[in-house]
Amino acid sequence: MEQNISTSLESLPFIKTNAGPKDGEQWIERLKEEYMLLIQYIQMNKEEDHDWFNVESNADGTKWNGKCWYIHNFVRYEFDLQFEIPATYPATPIEMELPELDGKTHKMYRGGKICLDIHFAPLWAKYQPKLGIAHALATALGPWLAAEIPVLADQGIIKPNM
Amino acid sequence: MVEQKPPALRVMSSDVHDDNPYSRLMALKRMGVVKNYEAIRGHSVLIVGVGGIGSVVAEMLTRCGIGKLLLFDYDRVELANMNRMFYLPTHQGLAKVEAAKKSLQEINPDVQIETHNMNICTLDNYEQFCERIRNGNLEGNGRVSIVLSCVDNYAARMTINSACNELDQIWFESGVSETAMSGHIQWLIPGETACFACAPPLVVSEAGDENQIKREGVCAASLPTTMGIIAGFLSQTVLKYLLDFGEVSQFLGYNAFTDYFPRYPLGPNPECTDRKCQERQKQYAHVPEEEKRMNASRVKREKEEKALQVQQQKDQAHTENEWGITLDGGEDEQVQEKKPEAFVEVKKEQTLEELMKSMKQLQAK
Repeated sequence: MEQNISTSLESLPFIKTNAGPKDGEQWIERLKEEYMLLIQYIQMNKEEDHDWFNVESNADGTKWNGKCWYIHNFVRYEFDLQFEIPATYPATPIEMELPELDGKTHKMYRGGKICLDIHFAPLWAKYQPKLGIAHALATALGPWLAAEIPVLADQGIIKPNM
Repeated sequence: MVEQKPPALRVMSSDVHDDNPYSRLMALKRMGVVKNYEAIRGHSVLIVGVGGIGSVVAEMLTRCGIGKLLLFDYDRVELANMNRMFYLPTHQGLAKVEAAKKSLQEINPDVQIETHNMNICTLDNYEQFCERIRNGNLEGNGRVSIVLSCVDNYAARMTINSACNELDQIWFESGVSETAMSGHIQWLIPGETACFACAPPLVVSEAGDENQIKREGVCAASLPTTMGIIAGFLSQTVLKYLLDFGEVSQFLGYNAFTDYFPRYPLGPNPECTDRKCQERQKQYAHVPEEEKRMNASRVKREKEEKALQVQQQKDQAHTENEWGITLDGGEDEQVQEKKPEAFVEVKKEQTLEELMKSMKQLQAK
């Protein structure tokens, strides 16, 4: 997993503007960079035939939702994905939520927030404010799905395309 | 259940009677430890997180007769919490702040308890959190005396850190590691001591043990002992800070395996990623050492001691303060890339709407 994380971080450029949703115009600048980076990341995924999520935000970019999916043994498992930009972002990292999996795995907090504090929070702390939404997807949610979905699927806790 | 406050506070008397709840506390004055114990009634303490540490701190301060407590937490009481102190099985299912309020008011009806059942990290709640820091004193027209972080996760700590840097609010941070075998408290004075973003202090202090910033719930261990020790340290330190006795440690750690209690100053990082922290550092760069807030009570006490005991002046002179020490980069360099960093480029003419649209189109393919 370490390997994946560093590879993903290297393949994505950083974000320049250090601003959060309370910072007005600066936040719009940051949001544009976030979108630009997401577009690059999605393009990259599509080129590598590894498209694995869809997201969109509300007008001010503070609330996001979409889908993410993972292929295990040629079967596709898809989940609703949502997250909010915290008030003190980017100092505070994003918490990815998969509400459908709430209560199905102990590597998750109440409400369906995936457990990232051990491997993701230190990474975020080390690089912030240069990491953004695309980095969070690539280095937090991606590895989490890769680690958890096979286990949950093999235990029969999740069904394909639930 | 005592839900209402009595019309008037009970008198804080030093009379030694079986039915005087304050006699043992007021004895601190008689013994010369605290000059003015009654001052505790004028203080309000905002506690974020009333779990294993925060609930015990709230109880200790309530028993000490604190003026007001403001409690923030969004969790409910579960049976899985019963290995720690304070909550009872009958509280199961209640919001932690509500359960805490009930018990605390029974313990000491003189204390005002204000509860906020919310997650401070979200945009709306953050504003309310900041508002309560600014206006949460007893009269509701000024800032709280101190903010205590008793949370179990990195995001909430960073949120408290941002708010306190923004508001120039002094606060204390606390935590217990996921193994329940170590813990710490830390005094954070914006611009004067390290903020939480300066060097994620936990990682530094525990020699790279990142587990400290892990959140409870997943598979973290916890013990009432370690939690109680850290809660005791934190409450004691708050009393020292509020009532002006003893020395307040900037960082105090606890290792249960070896009974090791490291204690040292933590200076701010000039390259801190929190802009507000940098602003505060600049603001306080030219403040003379003796006027810094971390030295305020010591300086005041030294002056009084001088006036009282001129002949002992030399013996009592404290060593020159060395608080100015800053964290050395060393192996904890923020980012160690050798090649220049690549940043994402947004063209000037590109609007947010266009970007949103092109992402949508791309994803529809």
